[in-house]
Amino acid sequence: MPYNKPHPAETIIISRRFHLPNSASIDTFLAHDGYKAARKALDMSQDDIINEVKKSNLRGRGGAGFPTGMKWGFVPRQSPKPKYIVVNADESEPGTCKDRLLMEFDPHRLIEGCLIAAKAVGAHQGWVYIRGEYRYLIDIMDKAIAEAYKANWLGKNVQGTGFDFDLSTHTGAGAYECGEESALLESLEGKRGQPRIRPPFPAVSGAFQCPTILNNVETFCAVPDIILNGGDWYASLGVPRAGGTRLLCISGHVQSPGVFEVPIGFPMMRAINEMAGGLRPGRKLKAVIPGGSSCPVLKADECDLPMDYDSLAKAGSMLGSGGMVIMDDSTDMVKAALRIIKFYQHESCGWCIPCREGTLWLKKILTRLDDGIGVRSDIDLVGELAENMLGRTFCPLGDAAALPTISIVKKFRAEFEARLAQVQVPAGVSESLVRIHV
Amino acid sequence: MTFSPELEARLAKMLESYPKGRERAALIPMLMYTQDEVGHISKELAEEVAKRCGVTTLQVEEVVGFYTMLRTKKMGKTHLQICTNISCLLVGGDELWQHASKKLGIGHNQVTADGSISLEEVECIGACSWAPAIQTNYDFHHYVTLDQLDKLIDDLRRIQ
Amino acid sequence: MSNPVNLTIDGKAVQAAPGTLLIDAAKQSGILIPAFCYYEGYSLQAACRMCLVEVEKFPKLQAACTLPVAEGMVVRTEAASAVQARKTTLEFLLTNHPLDCPVCDKGGECELQDMVFRYGAGESRFTEVKHHVDEKQWSPVVYYDAPRCILCYRCVRVCDEGMGVTALGITHRGAYSEITPNKGDHLNCDQCGACIDICPVGALTSGIYRYQTRPWEMEHVGTICTHCSDGCKTTLGVRNNEIVRGNNRDSTGINGEFLCIKGRYAFDFIKHEDRLQSPMVRRNGKLEEVSWAEAVKAVAARFAEIKAAGGAIGVAGSVHSTNEESYFLQKFARQGLGTPHIDHARSGDVPALIHALAGKTDALATADSLYHAKAVLVVDADLSQQHPFLAFQVRANVRHHQAAVYTVTRGPVREEQTAAKAVHTADYLAGVRGLGEDLKKHADLVIVFGDGIKGAAVGELVAFGDSLGIPVRYVCLVDYSNSRGAMDMGLLPELGPGYHPAAVRGMSLPQMAASQDLAALWVVGADPLAGGKRLASGKAFVVVQDLFLTDTAKQADVVLPSASAYEKSGTVTNVTGQIQRLKKGLNIMGAKPDLEIFGLIARAMGVDAGRAQNEAVFEEIRKSVRGYNVPLPVLATGGAAQAQPVNGRVDVLPDPELVRSAGDTLFTSGSLGRYSKILGSVMEAPGALYKG
Ligand SMILES: Cc1cc2nc3c(=O)[nH]c(=O)nc-3n(C[C@H](O)[C@H](O)[C@H](O)COP(=O)(O)O)c2cc1C
Ligand code: SF4
Ligand code: FES
Repeated sequence: MPYNKPHPAETIIISRRFHLPNSASIDTFLAHDGYKAARKALDMSQDDIINEVKKSNLRGRGGAGFPTGMKWGFVPRQSPKPKYIVVNADESEPGTCKDRLLMEFDPHRLIEGCLIAAKAVGAHQGWVYIRGEYRYLIDIMDKAIAEAYKANWLGKNVQGTGFDFDLSTHTGAGAYECGEESALLESLEGKRGQPRIRPPFPAVSGAFQCPTILNNVETFCAVPDIILNGGDWYASLGVPRAGGTRLLCISGHVQSPGVFEVPIGFPMMRAINEMAGGLRPGRKLKAVIPGGSSCPVLKADECDLPMDYDSLAKAGSMLGSGGMVIMDDSTDMVKAALRIIKFYQHESCGWCIPCREGTLWLKKILTRLDDGIGVRSDIDLVGELAENMLGRTFCPLGDAAALPTISIVKKFRAEFEARLAQVQVPAGVSESLVRIHV
Repeated sequence: MTFSPELEARLAKMLESYPKGRERAALIPMLMYTQDEVGHISKELAEEVAKRCGVTTLQVEEVVGFYTMLRTKKMGKTHLQICTNISCLLVGGDELWQHASKKLGIGHNQVTADGSISLEEVECIGACSWAPAIQTNYDFHHYVTLDQLDKLIDDLRRIQ
Repeated sequence: MSNPVNLTIDGKAVQAAPGTLLIDAAKQSGILIPAFCYYEGYSLQAACRMCLVEVEKFPKLQAACTLPVAEGMVVRTEAASAVQARKTTLEFLLTNHPLDCPVCDKGGECELQDMVFRYGAGESRFTEVKHHVDEKQWSPVVYYDAPRCILCYRCVRVCDEGMGVTALGITHRGAYSEITPNKGDHLNCDQCGACIDICPVGALTSGIYRYQTRPWEMEHVGTICTHCSDGCKTTLGVRNNEIVRGNNRDSTGINGEFLCIKGRYAFDFIKHEDRLQSPMVRRNGKLEEVSWAEAVKAVAARFAEIKAAGGAIGVAGSVHSTNEESYFLQKFARQGLGTPHIDHARSGDVPALIHALAGKTDALATADSLYHAKAVLVVDADLSQQHPFLAFQVRANVRHHQAAVYTVTRGPVREEQTAAKAVHTADYLAGVRGLGEDLKKHADLVIVFGDGIKGAAVGELVAFGDSLGIPVRYVCLVDYSNSRGAMDMGLLPELGPGYHPAAVRGMSLPQMAASQDLAALWVVGADPLAGGKRLASGKAFVVVQDLFLTDTAKQADVVLPSASAYEKSGTVTNVTGQIQRLKKGLNIMGAKPDLEIFGLIARAMGVDAGRAQNEAVFEEIRKSVRGYNVPLPVLATGGAAQAQPVNGRVDVLPDPELVRSAGDTLFTSGSLGRYSKILGSVMEAPGALYKG
């Protein structure tokens, strides 16, 4: 994995060990404050840990941005059932590639975060659910876990505190939907990755129908520094309703794409222009997907804003998973819309009608439009069908498919129209029709 | 059916890493790791894993059908996966895909006649900031150019 | 109910128990929220999104099938937004649906058609290529057409949760998801067909019904299945004097929608080519077809002769005949022919149970008690195989009320899957006693027992039940559709109707067969000489009334073709003493109901055994048989009336040695099953009991 030195404009907190030689080893980790926070947390009360996390204004880094401390607080104190920790390392949102770095370069940080969370709610077992494609990361995590067991940061009576905690990795097998928390739990239990009816939420009934803390890798990774330096410190790094830093994965039409750690509220244009090296010479910004492909696309003129939850919401989009996809003026928005819907169609689990049938229909129409075959009302139809999915599906994947589609059709309608005007209906079968994969 | 000693050891540990009575949880990992050794999920393998995890073969089938990485068909010695999702698309992922498909003469989820390479157009593999990206089996290749892909395919053909 | 929740649905003030789902609360107040995947009694899916409704204060439409009612909730089920959502969801659904309604079996009974009709998603904007998959045959009785499937998962749930079989699953993903059978390309299951009936569209179709008819061309005849003793109501679809299907979609009857393979398909025996359609008389050693008049004359003349000569006449009654027929037969025998020798094939020791329960009230369980009891103990029965509906009730009880199930059997049974404890032993009473401490913990208990508990053991079982200190009710299992009625009506040498001791004790069936002096044997729907057995008395005049040329009939002097339960009216009593009415579905040329045959013989003999007519005989039964004084309207409207527990001692107890269950499985049914090609055609039919 290529990892360059941090950019000077970054605020490196969770990525601060990335550039150390042999950063994944427990020795490096211990030599650089590793497990200090866990040691501290093991002597703290459950309430104190949760309060510190609440104070930090840490919000989930998996996409939805739910306040983490509040989520942990939902886990019932008194439960006859065991409690579990589950790490969402399914990282499959197009445009997102940050959890990979955390696990590759600082796996012990994740283990430490899990241990603190376990202590906070009284859990004694946990799993890191890693997408199947990340086999090499599973190996890295397995190795780190083995080291942690050996050094007694995992296992029975951790560091003599009487606290037990077991952790293991669990591989996925190729399904974006398994990133959705309830589908992930089904998958963890050996079933099809179909989402569950919620409520109950995982905090009450999660893995094996027991209370479960389920968070994104980056969320767990933020916890040790919060415990070490205090929630107030972490909160102060961000904006009033969202604390800390987060990893931005910048991809697409920039000169130096990469993953950068910035405080929440960092200006989007600075991220693009300074850290990611700006656009290629002679190119102009056309659009940005600010937080993974599930977010509505922003036009260039909408991008001058700070990267925080509220500002993006005001602009009609979302902070999402931190996957920023930058598109310059060479981008074919019809193709982009088609590629995005193709993804959601491929990944739709099939449980509910609007998503299952809606994504397929959209893919078929967009394929046609991309070939220039169609009539103007097809463009409206695309927008309308996406609207008809929105808010009506069983899980948010349906919305994730609808939102970017609606925004592209609305904001780049002219391109669709131009495509229809430009291409003559060819005789014979179109190429992209052939390429619909079943 | 038995597997290599290393895999057997892994499977034994796997079954222990879930709460008692929840052996079904090992189903997907067990399918993934045994598939790596056997090549694909044959009927026999499905039955074996079903037995070990305490589920029916139908339950195995349900799972296998759901996950794209689980395959009932033999793939090539090297499974070449080319990402064409949005970040890769913007920087040439589609061209890589077209090139590989043409060069190998096979399409999505097909295998070359000599069995050396199979091809798959995959969804985002989490390498967006280092796009365009491809995977050969579990190995990642970043910032892939057409020339590199060309050479890679030639190498893979040679080592069949 | 703890404090009810008040809410408003479509402007109507509604009250519901806390925890009630909105869709149920609406239904209780007469408001039907549409749904495909929601199905009462089965687990929730929230997958079809048809039940989305507008709820005040919620930013998005809410799925009524998973939303519990809340105080002050204001719901609009037909708000413009909800209607628009439904309409568009239907539009989505129809994109890949083949729209082959004109040739689809479900046409006219299709929930998708009805829904489109209601929401008017008539015109489609879908102009793309549909995804086609060929239809598959999963078993002789089940076909699956994937493109028609709307993936509501009802079939998967009814198979898993309802039947405990789990033969159906889902493979592939997204729009390519398909329902899949457990054996890859075929089904190995109970072949109950519940998946077909519960399918809202024509995705699952029945091997025997497909392409036979349009639903509106059938007459729907609600009657009682003639196979096992559970007494399921089955609605026969009759067209042109032919049964084209059986189901119970109208959900009336004790079994709701439940039917097993026999109730749903195994009526084809009535059209078997071996079916007798003409009376026969033995001439020169050979059975020759004769007219009804001639045959009846021959029987009457010979019976009169023997009666006059004081010869012994044996009468074997049927476990499939109606109560009216059995009652009339014993009366005709005892009073008209003056013979005490009357019996039938006994499969459960009901008299012993009634005797043991003397002095108790409410100690006989019904099918309904099996659904409500806190605990159920099954002794010596493979319930899922032998009494599929009772087993279904127990499963539903476990699912809905977390009932505790205990089994004491000689081998593995399906009930063990969810049993609190399962004991394998052939010493049933010892097994039962070992569970005493567990059973005591429950608020009430139903004990279901097979023929392994008979005679004195029944008394011991009841004494054990008494010792538990909780209310215990019992079911004594018997085999066939009117096994229970045959006993209640007094087809026993020791007992008359209502378990009154017979004036004179007659011979049992084995005794008749062994008697050197037997002058005549009149066999009605029974096969006492099955397997080529011979009567000890060489001179006996043998008359057989049956559907087929049974082993006994082959030895008969006169054979009279009789009508099956689907070809006549009358009442039958199920294993738990519930009386239900048969409704005639069709005529089979040449065959006559037993009662009519009895009447003809009586008239020809000049014997007065009362009017051989259903209503008249049932009136007499109501008056004279303990427990049968049931309200007629219940029966007339197709309901089940509980025969009131016979409360008292049975002074003469029949010989327990004669109690023997035939041990039928789901795929066998005494003499009738043999003639059902459907029962014989299923692929991996288990065919054996105690396989789990
Ligand atoms: C379709 C879909 C895919 C998702 N994929 C991921 C994922 O890959 N990784 C992740 O952490 N969260 C993913 N999420 C979000 C999770 O459901 C969940 O909100 C998150 O893991 C909670 O952790 P957090 O609070 O730390 O963000 C996904 C959600 C949806 C609806
Ligand atoms: S929206 Fe529906 S079909 Fe799509 S992934 Fe979620 S549950 Fe599955
Ligand atoms: S889009 Fe190709 S790796 Fe993410």
